[in-house]
Amino acid sequence: MSLASGGARPTNPRRQQAMFGGGMGMAVPEKARDFKGTAKRMLGRLKPESPIITLVLALGVTSVFFAVIGPKLLGNATNVIFDGVVGKQLPAGTTQAQAEAALRAAGDNQQADLLSGMTVTPGVGVDFSRLGQIIALVSVVYLLSSLFSWAQNYLMAGVTQRVMFTLREDVDTKLGRLPLRYFDRHARGDLLSRVTNDIDNISTTLQQTLTQLITSLLTVIGVLVMMVWISPLLAIVSLLTVPASFIVTMLIAKRSQRQFVGQWKWTGTLNGHVEEMYSGHELVKVYGHQEQAQIDFDEANHKMYESSFRAQFISGMIQPAMAFIANINYVLIAVIGGVRVASGTMSLGDVQAFIQYSRQFTMPITQIASIANLLQSGLASAERVFEVLDEPEQSPETDRPESMGERRGHIVFDDVSFRYLADTALIDGLTLDAQPGQSIAIVGPTGAGKTTLVNLLMRFYEIDDGTISFDGIDIRELRRDDLRRSFGMVLQDTWLFEGTIRENIAYGAANPTDEQITRAAEAAHVDRIVRTLPDGYDTIVGTEAANLSTGEQQLVTIARAFLADPAVLILDEATSSVDTRTEVLIQKAMADLRKGRTSFVIAHRLSTIRDADVILVMDAGRIIETGTHDQLIAAGGFYYNLYNSQFLASFDDDADIETS
Amino acid sequence: MTSLLRRFLSPYRRTLVVIVFLLLLQAMANLYLPTLNADIINDGVVTGDIGYIVRIGAIMLGVSLALGVTSVIAVYFSARTAMSFGRDVRASMFNRVQGFSLHEVNTFSTASLITRNTNDVQQVQMLVLMGLTMMVLAPITAIGGIIMALRLDVKLSGLLLVIIPIMAIVIATLMVKAVPLFRAMQKKIDRINEVLRENLAGIRVIRAFVQTDHEQRKFAEANADLTSTALRVSRLFALMLPALMLIMNGSSVAIIWFGGSLVDSGEMQIGDLTAFVQYITQILFAVMMAVMLFVMIPRAAASAERIQAVLETTPAITDPPPEAIAARVEPNTRGLIEFRDVGFSYPGAQDPVLTGISFTAEPGQTTAIIGGTGSGKTTLINLVPRLYDVTAGAILIDGVDIREQRQAQVWAGLALVPQKAFLFSGTIASNVRFGNEQATDDQVWHALRVAQAASFVSELPAGLDSPIDQGGANVSGGQRQRLAVARALVRRAPVLVLDDSFSALDYTTDARLRAALAAESGDTTVLLVAQRVSTIMSAQKIIVLEDGEIAGIGTHTQLLESCATYQEIVDSQLSAQDAV
Repeated sequence: MSLASGGARPTNPRRQQAMFGGGMGMAVPEKARDFKGTAKRMLGRLKPESPIITLVLALGVTSVFFAVIGPKLLGNATNVIFDGVVGKQLPAGTTQAQAEAALRAAGDNQQADLLSGMTVTPGVGVDFSRLGQIIALVSVVYLLSSLFSWAQNYLMAGVTQRVMFTLREDVDTKLGRLPLRYFDRHARGDLLSRVTNDIDNISTTLQQTLTQLITSLLTVIGVLVMMVWISPLLAIVSLLTVPASFIVTMLIAKRSQRQFVGQWKWTGTLNGHVEEMYSGHELVKVYGHQEQAQIDFDEANHKMYESSFRAQFISGMIQPAMAFIANINYVLIAVIGGVRVASGTMSLGDVQAFIQYSRQFTMPITQIASIANLLQSGLASAERVFEVLDEPEQSPETDRPESMGERRGHIVFDDVSFRYLADTALIDGLTLDAQPGQSIAIVGPTGAGKTTLVNLLMRFYEIDDGTISFDGIDIRELRRDDLRRSFGMVLQDTWLFEGTIRENIAYGAANPTDEQITRAAEAAHVDRIVRTLPDGYDTIVGTEAANLSTGEQQLVTIARAFLADPAVLILDEATSSVDTRTEVLIQKAMADLRKGRTSFVIAHRLSTIRDADVILVMDAGRIIETGTHDQLIAAGGFYYNLYNSQFLASFDDDADIETS
Repeated sequence: MTSLLRRFLSPYRRTLVVIVFLLLLQAMANLYLPTLNADIINDGVVTGDIGYIVRIGAIMLGVSLALGVTSVIAVYFSARTAMSFGRDVRASMFNRVQGFSLHEVNTFSTASLITRNTNDVQQVQMLVLMGLTMMVLAPITAIGGIIMALRLDVKLSGLLLVIIPIMAIVIATLMVKAVPLFRAMQKKIDRINEVLRENLAGIRVIRAFVQTDHEQRKFAEANADLTSTALRVSRLFALMLPALMLIMNGSSVAIIWFGGSLVDSGEMQIGDLTAFVQYITQILFAVMMAVMLFVMIPRAAASAERIQAVLETTPAITDPPPEAIAARVEPNTRGLIEFRDVGFSYPGAQDPVLTGISFTAEPGQTTAIIGGTGSGKTTLINLVPRLYDVTAGAILIDGVDIREQRQAQVWAGLALVPQKAFLFSGTIASNVRFGNEQATDDQVWHALRVAQAASFVSELPAGLDSPIDQGGANVSGGQRQRLAVARALVRRAPVLVLDDSFSALDYTTDARLRAALAAESGDTTVLLVAQRVSTIMSAQKIIVLEDGEIAGIGTHTQLLESCATYQEIVDSQLSAQDAV
């Protein structure tokens, strides 16, 4: 079911987790196989930006430096005020030492201790000129910190976006250069996910990690330095919270991990059920299975609810637990700090600053943890994208391409061999001569090499031995584009891009008029069908063209080839999904189109090729019979048997059009 | 979005009250800590009373513990409520879509319905969860913080009148600019993915038509477009954090400056000053958190809209009201189908798909429909089970208009084999029994034999219990079709509808299946769509469709003489001598 599997985009739980991440989702990040190598390579892509990145780093260091010294300076301001408060209570005209001695004499040792750690002028209140100076300084420091931080983010945004732009361009260009066999060998879904989901993921990672990682690391270091400087004792207390937080997080995460696995499992089950019931909607209805579908849905829905509730609850406990630890830290600082201020070994401003530092300390640490997760998954994505970029490309174009003059369409295969895998030849010593204007039909059982022949002619694959020539020129001496421009191709595998039917028919032709488009559509017998659609020729079709049947889509692609007007026509099972009568009509129209052009027709239904000038019967990569229909029937060989089996008894699997 | 939230959260009103209450406690505890800290400074540090400092410290620890416990309980309730919300929305969407006719399904597209039922609900559910924890906490903390600040000092609280508006303006300006940019960016990401998706799917055609450069230009355009928007967004956000930090830090500085003179004049205690700084920090932090979460809102709102659209769509085809249901003794027991001047056009289409279709399909007979691609065969078939409703004329089963019957009643009398032989994940047996839960193993085997599927099923190691992947991806197209036929046969319904169901079978199997079916069908009304003349040649009645109209009705021999379209079809398929 192409609709169901193609349409429902794979939900990427990992990414959702990353986005809503924080403490809520603790998903296992997918790991890159070669973490170091991939990281190095990603950094290599940043190299052209290295002058800016250096600047960004410098700005980051400065910004963090200012941000970190701010609280300490502000603490000084508090000290000035506190000095003023205490000083005012003391008798004027005495010195601080005298006041202290007086207090001790009065037996107030506690006050005396407090005083010993301060710088006061007895009798005088707050020194506002000093306070003003400090305030001014702090204001400037904070302002600069923000300015530098802004500049840093601003520049980094440019770096990230430019890097992503070139990465996307590189991937797209690469896709244009990969040989077709690459696309045959790789599942489309996987490739698609690499070029969309993975690139998206890298972009998110790059945007969120780089600057944050730098500032977080710097902040941790800076704050640590400040804390130790202010009070080594309190610094140790604060540092103890780091392993405590870590252990608590690990304990909770381990438990929630199991629940998340359950959550994703049930999400998968539920989504699968929805996908299936919606894809088989009419069956579910007509067969009266709605109730059962609802019951099954409710069950999976309930299971999903239970597991996701547990997952969210358990992981949701991380936040309160961390807050609790942070609060204990806060209380300890307040108490120990308070005691030390009272005993005169620490200033009040320093305690205040320390409280701020301890808050600044835990935030970047949790940030670094989540960045590490993000980085893991980002690098895993990068690795997958790099794999695509590392694929070998198709052989380069010839240095001095031959130019093509008037194309006549004389095609010669001379002893051509081609193997897909080293040991099995798909085309084996094949020779054929298609004269200009001839129609060549190729028949044979599945796997005979019919489509391969066409692919070689179009240079989708390169031959291993022999030569193919077009109007006497070896096709390897031609630029691929020049060669392909001489062909018009209709494939069994219809492809319409997201756009109107009009645009789809016009694909490959240079600015056709509406009239030309309608005429092509009429020739392909798709005009009437188009007119029954809600918007006629302006109906949007696309990869999920639900409003056109496969046969109708095929007709649109035939109209496209009609309009392109090429020298050589290639029809590879072009009408396999079209009913036979329409096919006959198209054949007639094609007959007109084919006049004076060489044409290659691959068909299962022998009725469609009876009139060909030459019929090539292929089996196992070789041409085993050649001739007109009558000649081959008279010969009573392979073709004769094939023909009879089709009209009298069995042989026909051409209508199996479903791609799955 | 609000209506969606209101509708699906209202059953949890009581829990919501509890959550808000718990969050209130949480906010109060959070604000109480700095107050206690102020007490330590005012009454402990200044007086040098160490015993007091320790006592208050103990109280602070107690408050912290209470705070932790409250938060955990709050998380419990909010996780439960948010997940219940998601569960309920999903269930009610699923229920709604079950009632959709093909028209609604196609309007949304199956893929989109799936995404809406899964991813979109996930988005909104996540927002609810975040909302219940942080978004509610933010205003409570902000208000509580303001009250505490006012309690400490009214004059100094005046600063809030300056700070909060500045912050609000900065944030609002950034948001007003960012939200549309975010939306634009999402669209551009979708666009670029779409281009890539197409390029991969159509690589052969693109290269054959030498359009690689064109496609690469298209991509480069989309890429540049995305990059420029993304750049604007991230540059805007580059300003966000530094600006907010500046406001926060600036506030602290202002408090110390203005508070300094208040302390000096004895209007305020020094410890209160420290507490004040912390209140302001908490208030601003709360506001900031709320704002960050607002970033999620546009995305979730878009999802909510998409969910809402599904929930608000009423199926065009519903059961008639009970009084309008035609009274009848036994429903659809004979299976006589009558088309009376039936016409059908898709909403908004220029031309109708079907016009003036009149015929009857009799019990015990095979009525075949043949015609070209796009002649309306499948549409005609889809009208019988009311997957679409006729736009002109009427369809009657056993003499009663199908629109005057309950849908379940119509369906009970039908066995349908759709064009795309869709199988469900499970086993062969479960797929066949989809047609009739009560079928015995013998009946299942019998249906498989008639459908010419018995031989390949018996060759499978697990036989009837062989697993079937989703969509039936692990069996061939021909096998899928035969299983779909068996599924219909086991139903033993009076009407059997086959929509081009033999297309993937070779001629021999096709013939054998038809022979077995003919022997089996008895009084069944068989309605059969096919492209192959050989498939329908022996039908009692053949209807030739051309451009949505009937070009001829009759038997093979009659039509060969009277109907030019039929002759052409036959000619195109059979060699001259075979056709006679």
